[in-house]
Amino acid sequence: MSGGRAHAGHMVRRIGVFAFFSVVLAFFSLPMLWLATAPFDANPSITVSVPEFTLANFRAILDNPYALGSLGNSVLQAGGAALVVVTLAATAAYALSRVRVPGRDALLYVLLLLSSIVTGTAAMVPIFELATRLNLIDTHLGVILTVSGGLLPAAIFILKDFMDATPTSYEESARVFGAGPVQILLHVAVPLVRPGLATIAVWAVANVWGGFLLQFILIRDPQRAPGSVVLYTLYTEGGQPDLSLLSAFSLLYSLPVVLMYLFVSTRYGFRFHGGIKR
Amino acid sequence: MTSDPSGLGRGGAAALVLPALVLIGVFLVFPALWTIYLGLTDYRLTGLAAADPQVVGPANYLDALGDERFLGSTWLSVQYVLGSAVIGQACLGFAIAWLVRDRRGPLRRVVEGVVLLSWILPGSVVAYLWIALLDRDGGTLNALLNTPGAAWLLDHPMLSLVVFNTWRGTAFSMMLYAAALESVPPSHLETARLAGASAFQQLRDVVLPRIRGHVLTNLLLISLWTFNDFTPFLITAGGPEGASETLPVYVYIVALRDGELGVGAAVSFLILAVNLVFALVYLRLLRARGRDADVPAPARAATRTAA
Amino acid sequence: MRLPRRPATTLALLAAVTLALTSCGAEEGSGDGAVTLTITANAISGGKNSATADWIKNWVIPRFEETQKAAGRNVHVLFQPNGVDDEQYKTKVALDLKSRGGADVIDLDGIWIGEFAQAGYLKPLTEVAGAAVDAWEGWEQIPQAVQGLGVFEGKKYALPVGTDGRVLYYNKDLFRRAGLPQDWQPESWREILDAGTALKRLPGVTPIQINAGTAMGEATTMQGALPLLAGAGAEVYSGGRWLGGSQAVRDVLGFYRQIYGGGLGDPRLQQEAKGRDKSFAEFAEGKIGILAEGDYFWRSVIAPEAGVAPMKDRDAKVGYALIPAREPGAGIRGQDFVSMSGGSARVLNPFSGNPGPAWELLSFMHSAEATEAELTMAGEARITARADVNDKMLAGDPMLSFVSEKVLPLTAYRPPLAVYPQVSAALQEATADVVAGRTPEEAAAAYQEKVIRIAGGPDKVAGQ
Repeated sequence: MSGGRAHAGHMVRRIGVFAFFSVVLAFFSLPMLWLATAPFDANPSITVSVPEFTLANFRAILDNPYALGSLGNSVLQAGGAALVVVTLAATAAYALSRVRVPGRDALLYVLLLLSSIVTGTAAMVPIFELATRLNLIDTHLGVILTVSGGLLPAAIFILKDFMDATPTSYEESARVFGAGPVQILLHVAVPLVRPGLATIAVWAVANVWGGFLLQFILIRDPQRAPGSVVLYTLYTEGGQPDLSLLSAFSLLYSLPVVLMYLFVSTRYGFRFHGGIKR
Repeated sequence: MTSDPSGLGRGGAAALVLPALVLIGVFLVFPALWTIYLGLTDYRLTGLAAADPQVVGPANYLDALGDERFLGSTWLSVQYVLGSAVIGQACLGFAIAWLVRDRRGPLRRVVEGVVLLSWILPGSVVAYLWIALLDRDGGTLNALLNTPGAAWLLDHPMLSLVVFNTWRGTAFSMMLYAAALESVPPSHLETARLAGASAFQQLRDVVLPRIRGHVLTNLLLISLWTFNDFTPFLITAGGPEGASETLPVYVYIVALRDGELGVGAAVSFLILAVNLVFALVYLRLLRARGRDADVPAPARAATRTAA
Repeated sequence: MRLPRRPATTLALLAAVTLALTSCGAEEGSGDGAVTLTITANAISGGKNSATADWIKNWVIPRFEETQKAAGRNVHVLFQPNGVDDEQYKTKVALDLKSRGGADVIDLDGIWIGEFAQAGYLKPLTEVAGAAVDAWEGWEQIPQAVQGLGVFEGKKYALPVGTDGRVLYYNKDLFRRAGLPQDWQPESWREILDAGTALKRLPGVTPIQINAGTAMGEATTMQGALPLLAGAGAEVYSGGRWLGGSQAVRDVLGFYRQIYGGGLGDPRLQQEAKGRDKSFAEFAEGKIGILAEGDYFWRSVIAPEAGVAPMKDRDAKVGYALIPAREPGAGIRGQDFVSMSGGSARVLNPFSGNPGPAWELLSFMHSAEATEAELTMAGEARITARADVNDKMLAGDPMLSFVSEKVLPLTAYRPPLAVYPQVSAALQEATADVVAGRTPEEAAAAYQEKVIRIAGGPDKVAGQ
């Protein structure tokens, strides 16, 4: 193998890799242009164009009596659901990962399949009736519990996979030093998968953040409605979108999720694997 | 490996699983079983059938299976899942994860950042972004390609949606594979390379056996999510004339517009069944591969997840 | 996400969050023994139907509470706004009523009343609120046909809010350039096509926009299929049977074929998810010659100030004409011209704990004073259910007077039955088939098959 050829091959490979990254970057950022221009355009249309710069759209959306409050509601509902999902999924996944229960994987997958029914349109009536009987209509808690039920199987499924992949040797040594199971869970297992937990939390928030139909059916008072429901109100009588309001609100509505992602990714790391390199 | 390294015991494990199981039992299993029951009735949201629903047995299922529109939707959903999840998200996600694996620094952060951004933006906003991109008259894509008037969403609705969903969901596969690839010891790859293995052979013989479990997890989840994805409705509304009416859109139209909740529930159950078929195929493919590969793999994760 | 150190802390935290959340979800009750009433509508301030929401919040509620107080009654009124697609709003209201909950006074689309009544979600007004209903002064102000919006099987279930009518709009500039009269009134479908052929010579102009296909949804049925069917002498439901793939259906589909197969319309526009919005914009830009729409188009879409596709010189540039029957005398009831109407209505919740006060609120909202206030606050004229208000408020608007005087006497309403949306969808699919190039006969046959399935048997379908 001559050095020159290897060098040339190396160059070609490098160029290929950079070309790939450029295409990926272009592909993923291109659709987002509209969100960067339309909210600042005096006459936003469906076309991306250099805006006739204005902040009037934001002033208009701030005049909407529900817009800002709805973002607070989204934070409450999505945050609450993320808390429930992460806590319950982490404990359940840990236990399922460390103790052999016959048929656990099949059971988990069946729950995952059932979650696809509940997140669909057809389960509307059972969910509504359930919420009515439990007195959860028009409450944040109703939204939180219902969406958590739909998200939990997938969260457990993912977390268990990664708990399986973390070494058990630390737990064994902690045991030798007399730590009880709960201490081991909190001080040994959880720190190992913390980035994974953070990721599941972001995933849960993003899922609840965009959800519409369930939230709309369960909430009565617009003071408690989340951003996804308010976004839908920015249409006219005949069903045309009010683009100036819609684009400005879309940006405001997307920002918290993006900020949360940035926060989580700098603070905890944003990936599924544990903190141990093998 | 001992069977209970953390000393939880059955009781401890049960106590940890219980809260999740209770919540799932009340808010997932119960409404899901109720929905499956509704699928056996002629229940509607309004009208006479709302006041007095009748059990019709398998009639809804037989109707759906004999309905061209349902079969067409199923086929579109299969295209959507194979195209956007299995080929698009999983392959692109793996490619990105593979190529950034040894990098640190701004390029990796920026690439991962934009990919993740498209994953966490709210669905209704994302739908607008793609309509703006693909619009026939003022779309950004037509301006860039200098193809004024090209109606992407009308002429190639499914292709557009497949590309859209690849954009939308690649992040999950990318993260999962990035994590999985960290469990592949660099020394093994180095050994294979010195032995003259091509990149493809390295992937097949060294990497795949170690990440098989993650591949399975990934495929199961992204297929399920893609099967149930409702965002296409926000972009094409199932059109033109049903050409992009995937199963969740079909259910929405049947259950919400037509108010036929019984039929909608039955179709939801059929979606579940299709998902199950996909899962069995994945399991079978990945297991068959496992037997062929003669690399002595300490494939702990793989066998455990695939069980 | 940092987890607390101890499970006990976790539990306490969860419990605290739960409590906090449930308590902020508690009812805003009023401890003074007062009556609390709730109104709901698909209207919300700063969004969909904003004017209606503002009227309820800022006019109806304070005025009504005041009137009640003067009469020595302590009544609180709450408003629950919504701003979503009609189908989603309908679902929410149906779920509420199914669980015997929901607001006391509810806004509904008139065509939902029958299916809600059949489901047991609604009861006739007199059954809910007693004799006070029949004694209401407003009934004699509401024309019989408009009262029909709230009537099902001969019983009054709702007070109609208002109604509308459909006409053909045309661009007078384009008509002049095509050598067509400024003062156009076609007498038959043939004359519409002739005008389209003349307009076709103008470059960059789509001669005719009559909604077709499924992407436009109910707009296809209301602005296209049903007025045309009425012009061919057929109603979609009559005598207990649904209309099959009859000659009238084939005539209508044939007319669509001539427009979209003959280059007089833009077939692609009918398929786009946002096609209707685009058709509005194109009409406003002077790119569409003739467009069939309701009066909503005039007052909310191309309105010079507040419209979504405003036309500064609307009054000078836009003409409107009655929709002709296929040929004179061929329409329903032997009419020369036809139209279709819809409209919303307000009902009483039959499960209301305070039916008497709820009726007082409902009738108050439909008083002449309240109706006028609504129009004044909205800053636009609209055809209300009350003749006395219309006489006063429509005088300054020739277009709405035209609809009120010329169109409403000719119009027809849709059947308020649960399977109507599916029949409507079948009609939309038939028009889509024709736009896509199938023959009217094929499309009518496919429609026939669907209707038989939807209606539940060939004996429930007429005119095969």
